Amino acid sequence: MNAASWALPALPVTEAAPGVFVHRSEHHWPDRENHGEIANIGFIVGDDCVAVIDSGGSPQQGIALRQAVKKVTAKPICYVINTHVHPDHIYGNRAFKNKGVRFVGHYKLARAMATRAPHYLSKADELLDIRVSPDNIIPPDLQVKQTMSLNLGNRELVLTAHPAAHTDNDLSVYDKNTDTLWLADLLFLEHIPVIDGSIRGWLKELRRLAQNHYKLVIPGHGPLVKDWPLGSQPHIAYLEQLAGEIRAMLKQGKTLEYAVDHAGLSAKKNWQLFEQFHRKNVTIAFAELEWED
Amino acid sequence: MKNLAKFVFLIMLLPAAALAEGGDDDSTWNNTLKTQFFAGKTIEESDAVIELEAPYRAEDPAIVPVKVTSKMPQGKDKYIKKIWVLVDKNPFPFVGEFEFFPESGKADLAMRVRVNTYSNIRAIAETNDGKLTMSKKFVKASGGCSAPVGADLDEAMKRLGKVKFRLDDGMKPGQPTEAQLMISHPNLTGMQMDQMTRYVRKSHFIDQLKVTFNDKPVLNAKIDIAISADPNFRFYFIPDKPGELKAEFSDISCESPVSRKVCDKGASYSQQYAVTP
Repeated sequence: MNAASWALPALPVTEAAPGVFVHRSEHHWPDRENHGEIANIGFIVGDDCVAVIDSGGSPQQGIALRQAVKKVTAKPICYVINTHVHPDHIYGNRAFKNKGVRFVGHYKLARAMATRAPHYLSKADELLDIRVSPDNIIPPDLQVKQTMSLNLGNRELVLTAHPAAHTDNDLSVYDKNTDTLWLADLLFLEHIPVIDGSIRGWLKELRRLAQNHYKLVIPGHGPLVKDWPLGSQPHIAYLEQLAGEIRAMLKQGKTLEYAVDHAGLSAKKNWQLFEQFHRKNVTIAFAELEWED
Repeated sequence: MKNLAKFVFLIMLLPAAALAEGGDDDSTWNNTLKTQFFAGKTIEESDAVIELEAPYRAEDPAIVPVKVTSKMPQGKDKYIKKIWVLVDKNPFPFVGEFEFFPESGKADLAMRVRVNTYSNIRAIAETNDGKLTMSKKFVKASGGCSAPVGADLDEAMKRLGKVKFRLDDGMKPGQPTEAQLMISHPNLTGMQMDQMTRYVRKSHFIDQLKVTFNDKPVLNAKIDIAISADPNFRFYFIPDKPGELKAEFSDISCESPVSRKVCDKGASYSQQYAVTP
């Protein structure tokens, strides 16, 4: 670590609930200007130690998040929880690598890192203008198969490994003390949901979660949700419309190319970055739904 | 000083990065692929025999729909014998070599491919008189959170070997009819990062495909890892009488993603579909 990186300012965070700190990002396509620093990330402080939830979209953002923790508390960081494999959530990992810090993830996270990292790393320089290597991607040493409890000192976090939804390695974090559910990219608001796992699985998980009540829900992209389950509705409606229209097209024998140009377009007004992600969503959803019977 | 050095380094990197993004580039074709696949042959670049269609922007680099449309019927005397498809900038550019017959009716072919980066995709057709014609398209594979691997690997593994056929509704007896063949297979590229994992390291993909109608050849293909997970092909055949459309294919696993020198043969699969024109 050189002197320059220590001098980086702390990442701005707000205390969304007692001991729950969130850095909220604006909605942007990851590029060379924002260096992929586009996700909501943060940390939760217990009596003994701190759990970081997603480390940021660049090595620099990871360092800035570490500074933010330091500004809030003198307690050590004991866990870095990666909610899934996407670069905007894991590229800050290296800033936290230290004795006594354990990296936590879904049991399929390590495999997803191994399959995707070569591609991500090869593109980071050109697309994000950041310098990263395999050392920046740290696979979890604690793997969550179903659920796992982490104790931060009078503060229990319950981690849940979800079936394929946003990706095939989504992990959520529930903070019992404040009734806060950190859903990360299992939930999008304003920013169009991005499917990289399973549209059917995602709908099922969100419908299930929408039957519960939480005081606070933290999405990976978008504002904090204080009216759950109401806050889940736009996201669920988008996936339902997409699945419905694609199924109808499949029944009529339409091709993927046709679906990409026609499915779900009326949802455009509801979402930012629609042009960048919607057709990709149609592609992935189509490739899944054509096998469902 | 350290910062200054870093700054100078960054400045030096910028033009290279800008070049890498810039368009249409035939260097890989001219320097490597043309000799590798067509040494000593003359290839006419034109859309007169076949035309390749591909989206200018690949929405999902793991599933890029491409289509080759033929401009001539498959006659007994004159027909398209073979079509090669290549993605210049892929780590392994060879997508497939597809053999057609007069019985194919029409040498049209649609499929889904993986595109690793901004690249030309090209289709080269050989007619039975030995002439080669090439059609190409430039594709921008989008960046961000996308990687050219499948989204849900375990789901694909569970269905492995499952096959579906779909046929045109308005099938006319004796006329070229479009058929879609869907094969569930993860078509693993084998491009994982070795040092990070004890998981599958080898590629595992469908390498041979043969489609027949009433035992007469319709399409023969030699294919590779650039074919998307759950390979999906649309092609033509002539249902001149009731019969059986049959797909036979096999998979293979290779030590290196970019060499086919050391490979283990995998399983063979076969699936029939009754056709009543």
